[in-house]
Amino acid sequence: MNRSPYLSSAPSVSVIMVKVMLALVPAIAAYVWVFGAGILVVLALASVTALSAEALMLKLRNRPIKPFLMDGSALLTAWLLALSLPPLAPWWLVVVGTLFAIVIAKQLYGGLGYNPFNPAMVGYAVLLISFPVIMTHWPAPLELAQAKLSFATQLQYIFGVTNGLSLDAVSMATPLDYLKTQLMLHHTVQEIAVSPQFGLLGARGGELVVGAYLLGGLYLLQQRLITWHLPTAFLGVLALMAGAFYLVDATHFAHPLFHLFSGASMLGAFFIITDPVSGPTTPKGKIVFAAGIAVLTYLIRVYGGYPDGVAFSVLLMNMCVPLIDAWTQPRVFGHTK
Amino acid sequence: MSEVNQETMQETEVKLQPKVFYGEIVQNGLWKQNPGLVQLLGLCPTLAMTVSLVNGFSLGVMTAVVMAASNASVAPIRQWVPTEIRIPVFILIIAALVTIIDLSMHAYLQSLHAVLGIFIPLIVTNCIVLARVEAFAAKNPVTPSALDGFMMGFGLALVLATLGGIREIVGKGTLFSGVDLVFGPAAKSMILTIIPNYHGFLLAILPPGAFIGLASLIATRNWLAQRKAALMPSATLVAH
Repeated sequence: MNRSPYLSSAPSVSVIMVKVMLALVPAIAAYVWVFGAGILVVLALASVTALSAEALMLKLRNRPIKPFLMDGSALLTAWLLALSLPPLAPWWLVVVGTLFAIVIAKQLYGGLGYNPFNPAMVGYAVLLISFPVIMTHWPAPLELAQAKLSFATQLQYIFGVTNGLSLDAVSMATPLDYLKTQLMLHHTVQEIAVSPQFGLLGARGGELVVGAYLLGGLYLLQQRLITWHLPTAFLGVLALMAGAFYLVDATHFAHPLFHLFSGASMLGAFFIITDPVSGPTTPKGKIVFAAGIAVLTYLIRVYGGYPDGVAFSVLLMNMCVPLIDAWTQPRVFGHTK
Repeated sequence: MSEVNQETMQETEVKLQPKVFYGEIVQNGLWKQNPGLVQLLGLCPTLAMTVSLVNGFSLGVMTAVVMAASNASVAPIRQWVPTEIRIPVFILIIAALVTIIDLSMHAYLQSLHAVLGIFIPLIVTNCIVLARVEAFAAKNPVTPSALDGFMMGFGLALVLATLGGIREIVGKGTLFSGVDLVFGPAAKSMILTIIPNYHGFLLAILPPGAFIGLASLIATRNWLAQRKAALMPSATLVAH
């Protein structure tokens, strides 16, 4: 809402949330196609946990339960977190992450509209620092897996009744992870990129999910639920930075398109950094915010200890939001600066 | 509050000084004015050293001993210390006492000393030690001062132990790990495994766990105090 005339009324929170979840449906479908139906169980688990935790916290805080539950914000947080987790995440991992996101990152700060940090990313960061091994074990996409995982086997993984099944047998390093470890062994990007988990642009299979995120994101743009500032600045700066490094030394730095189409770039660009509560409000501020996340993400990916850095970058930039908002207040007509 | 009122308050305080209630000192240290949960002093070791119950409690007990000794040493000389330079004098006394503790631990509890490391000498800079010297020992006789120092320190030690215990159980699923550093290798059998086959919840061991844990403890204490106050409303009026 930057320009007059304000003709249409602002859509309610629940309408926005339903549309955002609708925009996630293609990505979920792609996810099921690539990694199997286990993700649906993870999504359901996260949703149930999020709604129960939200209801419990609202009751403890003496707030009306039904209107806040129906706005769908807890559900969306749960979905975003579930989509960031490895598809065979054990059930307790999903529950712990969702509880942290809803109880600590959202409700303890005052509920919807008051949380300074993106709840889904807080949940993700907590899980990543606490359980690094499980969180970096992504199963191989079905087309690459030696033994195809049936839905029943996936359920066994999620609910921990694996009877000696090891996650190592079905997991595979993600391209970002693989690239990082192989670069440390003095291989060049070109040598590394021939290994089977690399696809056309990003991860084999994974890039399909990424494409679906892009599609959902474009729908959000078309519905005017998000403005172009955040995704464009994020993807643009990420591509620029990756491009600059790539031009200097193509053997040690991956192609910019690889950075756009792997990891959480697309999910982040359209669904994570566009969270209206924890992000900045001014158009200029949105560009600064997204550019900051892109720079941090690239630095963490290339020089940091973790394969991907979207979650940490979002949280770090969330801290700067009050400052960014104060700096980028537009000049009011008739007032001098 | 008016100035006159304040002056009369101060006068009554001066008159009341010799009459010290030991029960109140104990109560203040352990609950009402607990350094870790109410005064929020000495947070650096509280947050940094409470990765296990044994770590937290040992550092807390060392702090309590230093506090009792420093309060007891400052109280007898309180009339002769010039007000202008009292802080450096107090700090020198505290530093001397901490050096004694540090060197004795190095001699008799060498492995525990290695674990607690820099945090033993840093007891000097722990503001709760100076706070009690300045606020209590500089105005009161020796015996109540020593008791106050010890009780404040012991209250802090209990908080450190509770926080250490919670972080250890949640983070590693054990309790009393590292007890062999205090009582020798034979005590290793005392280590309890609370949650078998535990994955470990690293966040509880890392610094954020300390902040979240301490915040929960403070919230719990406030909740208990509020509930108590709600049960007897007349008592709170008197207390304030």
